[in-house]
Amino acid sequence: MNTSNVELPTWIEVVLIPLLNIFLALVFSGLIILAIGEDPIKAVGIMINGAFGYDEAIGYTLYYTTNFIFTGLAVAVAFHARLFNIGGEGQAYIGGLGVGLAFLLLDKHLPALLLIPIGILMAAVFGALWAFIPAWLQAYRGSHIVITTIMFNFIAASLMVYLLVNVLIMPGSMSPETREFDTAGWLPFMHELFAWFGVNITRTPLNMSFLLALVCCVLVWLYIWKTQWGYALRTAGHSEAAAVYAGINPKRIVIIAMCISGGLAGLVAVNEIMGVHHRLLLNFPAGYGFTGIAVALMGRNHPLGILVASLLFGVLYQGGTELAFEVPKITREMVVAIQGLIILFSGALALMLRPWTVRVWLGLTRQSAT
Amino acid sequence: MTADRRTQEGGSLPPAIELRKISKRFGNVQANQDIDLRVESGTIHGIVGENGAGKSTLMSILYGFYQADSGNILINGHTRKIKSSREAIEAGIGMVHQHFMLVDTFTVLENVMLGAEQSHLLKTSGAHARDALRHLADEYELKVPLDTLIGDLPVGQQQRTEILKALYRNADILILDEPTGVLTPQEADQLFRVLQVLKERGVTIILITHKLREIMDITDNVSVLRLGKIVSTQRTADTDMATLAELMVGRKLVTQSFDKVSNADADTGISVRNVTVTDERGLNRLNNISFDVRRGEIVGIAGVAGNGQSTLLELLSGIKSPSTGEFTINNHVVSTDAALDPARMRDIGVQHVPEDRLRLGLVKAFSAAESSLLGYHTKPAFNWRMFLKASTIREACKRLMVAFDVRPPDPKLKSASFSGGNQQKLILARELDKAPSVLLVGQPTRGVDIGAIELIHRKIVEMRDNGCAVLLVSVELDEIMALSDRILVMYEGQVVGSMHGSEADKTTLGLMMANALDQVA
Amino acid sequence: MDAITLTTLLATLDATLRVSTPLILCAMAGLFSERSGIVDISLEGKMLSAAFAAGTLAAITGSPWVALLGAIIVSIGLALVHGFACITHRGDQVVSGLAINVLASGLTIVLGIAWFSQGGQTPALASEARFMPLELPLSSSIANVPVIGQFFDTVINGHNLLVYIALLAVPATWWVVYRTRFGLRLRAVGENPLAVDTTGISVSRLRYFSVMICGALCGVAGAYLAIAQNAAFSREMTAGQGYIALAAMIFGKWRPMPALLACLMFGFLDAVSIRLQGIVLPVIGEVPVQLIQALPYILTVVLLAGFIGRAIAPKAVGIPFTKER
Repeated sequence: MNTSNVELPTWIEVVLIPLLNIFLALVFSGLIILAIGEDPIKAVGIMINGAFGYDEAIGYTLYYTTNFIFTGLAVAVAFHARLFNIGGEGQAYIGGLGVGLAFLLLDKHLPALLLIPIGILMAAVFGALWAFIPAWLQAYRGSHIVITTIMFNFIAASLMVYLLVNVLIMPGSMSPETREFDTAGWLPFMHELFAWFGVNITRTPLNMSFLLALVCCVLVWLYIWKTQWGYALRTAGHSEAAAVYAGINPKRIVIIAMCISGGLAGLVAVNEIMGVHHRLLLNFPAGYGFTGIAVALMGRNHPLGILVASLLFGVLYQGGTELAFEVPKITREMVVAIQGLIILFSGALALMLRPWTVRVWLGLTRQSAT
Repeated sequence: MTADRRTQEGGSLPPAIELRKISKRFGNVQANQDIDLRVESGTIHGIVGENGAGKSTLMSILYGFYQADSGNILINGHTRKIKSSREAIEAGIGMVHQHFMLVDTFTVLENVMLGAEQSHLLKTSGAHARDALRHLADEYELKVPLDTLIGDLPVGQQQRTEILKALYRNADILILDEPTGVLTPQEADQLFRVLQVLKERGVTIILITHKLREIMDITDNVSVLRLGKIVSTQRTADTDMATLAELMVGRKLVTQSFDKVSNADADTGISVRNVTVTDERGLNRLNNISFDVRRGEIVGIAGVAGNGQSTLLELLSGIKSPSTGEFTINNHVVSTDAALDPARMRDIGVQHVPEDRLRLGLVKAFSAAESSLLGYHTKPAFNWRMFLKASTIREACKRLMVAFDVRPPDPKLKSASFSGGNQQKLILARELDKAPSVLLVGQPTRGVDIGAIELIHRKIVEMRDNGCAVLLVSVELDEIMALSDRILVMYEGQVVGSMHGSEADKTTLGLMMANALDQVA
Repeated sequence: MDAITLTTLLATLDATLRVSTPLILCAMAGLFSERSGIVDISLEGKMLSAAFAAGTLAAITGSPWVALLGAIIVSIGLALVHGFACITHRGDQVVSGLAINVLASGLTIVLGIAWFSQGGQTPALASEARFMPLELPLSSSIANVPVIGQFFDTVINGHNLLVYIALLAVPATWWVVYRTRFGLRLRAVGENPLAVDTTGISVSRLRYFSVMICGALCGVAGAYLAIAQNAAFSREMTAGQGYIALAAMIFGKWRPMPALLACLMFGFLDAVSIRLQGIVLPVIGEVPVQLIQALPYILTVVLLAGFIGRAIAPKAVGIPFTKER
């Protein structure tokens, strides 16, 4: 039986099947933990406690979540234009360069009120620029965006090593980092923000970029579904021919979608550089760009889904750290493996359960009809 | 082998193919229902029917592409289960698909032996195939250059390669699906000569087509498919085109012919002067074409599909720009240097109902409301600069749906879930609602259920009566003749003939479409 | 050319061959997969997993042959996962490839630490557990013949078996793809799968077979890294070489011989970049090592953009095959 034409109720399509896929990914993750001789149930307990059990944990969880929202939204916006942006990692990295260059030049001369918007803008603009080149090459030279963005991740990494080792390094320093930026460019931590209102919370890396991430969720939602530009983007994503017919230039959409995508990925630098490290350093995107793909797949490219998925990955990252600490045999990389399984089941195998679900659904409805 | 066939001819051979109660359903569509069909050995059997009547599905079942939901297939008197193309080939069935199943980057030889190689080594397989093809070429008068890449060959030669593929696999039953749709008349003639030779050598041929002329010319027997059912099977000699046409549509295809008008003095809405459009491969899709469409008149473009009609629509709607020459549309001059994109075309009052509604006319994943916005999302009526006016769009869509009888009239429903006719009505509604000064319409009733055809035709004529310049492209001659005040015939990117709608007759048009008028006259 | 520069050149070429080996194997692997219509960005992940399997098995059994076999089996296993997702379930091929890369990256470290507690490394191997350099016959006797003899002795001679296997894999790939029935069908299924299907051949089976060959070759590449070039698996030891191989395959326009040349060129750049560190060249000045390291990626981008020739992918690559409407 060909089941792909059978329509299922929205809740099965949008909620049940994705949840089943994630469940499968987690089952396989549990099997890995079993294979190395540990108790997966206990591991889940430690993880959840490690992610939510105390104030500091929650702060860290949300700090990770912030990065995933940015990169997840980045992947999703490109996806709505049917573009697969694997370059979030490099775009985030170059976004950091934008912040770094601006702050090395300006941080001693400008007040926070100017410096922080400039930093955010530079992160987005540089990220967008790094996505613009592959976008332009795809639109006007026919290069495949997947391959180009993969290559651009490596090129970004080489470029950043060169710049940090040879150009931007703090004179006299051994480690390839810039000097620490002036406090004017620091994004306030959440505990500082709360302290202004007289509320004391634990010190964590969680900073105001989390609020920026939430705002981005809303903006992306409005953009994709409520504006004429989002309409044009989705039209081009669904059918290039229809877009041309409608007077939409698909090449322009490729460029716009990728620039927005790259800009969002670049905002990881706002959290990491302006919010936490306060200096430009090597490898700060730490795989967040790739995790964004898992987040977008899991969140089905919808900002609300991405928010939830980001939170889950925040839990995995923070809880995973705790888990690695408590159970020496399980390491932090377990989270990477889980991430791989989620990409596999929620992405590549997203349709695996559908025929089966259709049969069950048809069976159930037929029964209730008779 | 062939000698055997000939000696047995005329004897009491079992039918080459016998279908018993074949049914197939796709979702809500009953594509085939209780099909009974006997194809006598060594005959040419035609199967006619409208687009969507279920011809292709039936042949796909015979060739193992789909499995029937129920029913039996007998080949040469034996029941066969055909679950894959392999089993079809083993049963001696060969198929020439409407879209050729060839690898463009392979030579003819490689294409022929693909899947039927005699050895694991290409050298040996190639030598064997070359040898066999030489014999086939002699026996059936089928000559194709074996070492040329398929992509470099003309369509007629590609089709021969397909036939050779089947013969190389010892097919004694050959199915051809709309074989002449892409051929020039000369190529079609050659094809028919080849089919005659094949028949003489004992091959059974099934010819699927919607062109009645071909049925009358070449087939021995003919079956008519309508709405998934066989409604008639008879000897071709015992019937005529009018009868077959009636059987195909169940009633006259076009019940109503509209009044013709003659507006020789009216302004021109479209005026094309010496326009050539060259594609990326350097071929002239439109070749130095010139014509006018006046306001308040319908000009029908007749022609065999693929003779430049699609390019003409793309040109006039702004999707393509002229390579040389210029045209004036609604008082705007367009040339290579001053091209107008589709958005600008809409702005100046040129509306376009595209030929391919599923690819261009709407977005399947969009709701009907979103599809009804296609092309108009930047219009102030539908947005406050950046944000779309969701409720306005929905209400506008609802209004269009009611006015054009789109069922069900629910703007929130996914575009893909409407039937072809209702999708077409929605697109037509969207474009006509903008009160065009120039209307471009491509294949307005292709795949549309009969009930909707009349409404669509009436709406188009209404536009004309309101003073709109209408350009109508259709491969259905009846439609062209029923609607057009003037008819232009296109052949290989050129306008090769024109006549007034009131004076048009099918024979003359047919000759013009084949560019064969001179030869007769 | 004086003796010192010749020696340096030969030594660099020797190093080129060593670093090119995994690239060559993976590029041929990718060629089989992509020619059949399946995009494979998971060369990296398969090679990494294979390297881990080889390191582990060599450490446990002490046999390089068992390790090689294990590496091939693990890599084919991942190739089958890719096939299951892309062929059977028509999943997105890039997403599936990415999943395998991420999974391999995480799992090799998790298992490595859990099993060996050496920070993700497998135990160091004795030479019996590895593929060691081979002395080719005649090599020593012609070593003194100027240039040619030296070239043979320094560059060609003295590699381990897997290097020679990689070099043989190229003509073998060429022969299979262009001279056999399987090759004809492989190329056809990457261009027009429907045409293959209508001749009665299973598209799925052909593609499964192709991704399995791809897996086997990645397996050899992984084994080379862990038990031939090095004496243990170390975390992330593929370090992007799978992607470079992918780039080389594209650079070679999906053809074996040009892909080999691209691998050697990228390998040469790698070998040179180590030697060029800190050296000031005339005219150009000091060349940043990072630039040379990024050059394969930059060149591939430039090629794909059509600035140096045109790289045309198999027509059906990346598109899941659907028969029914």
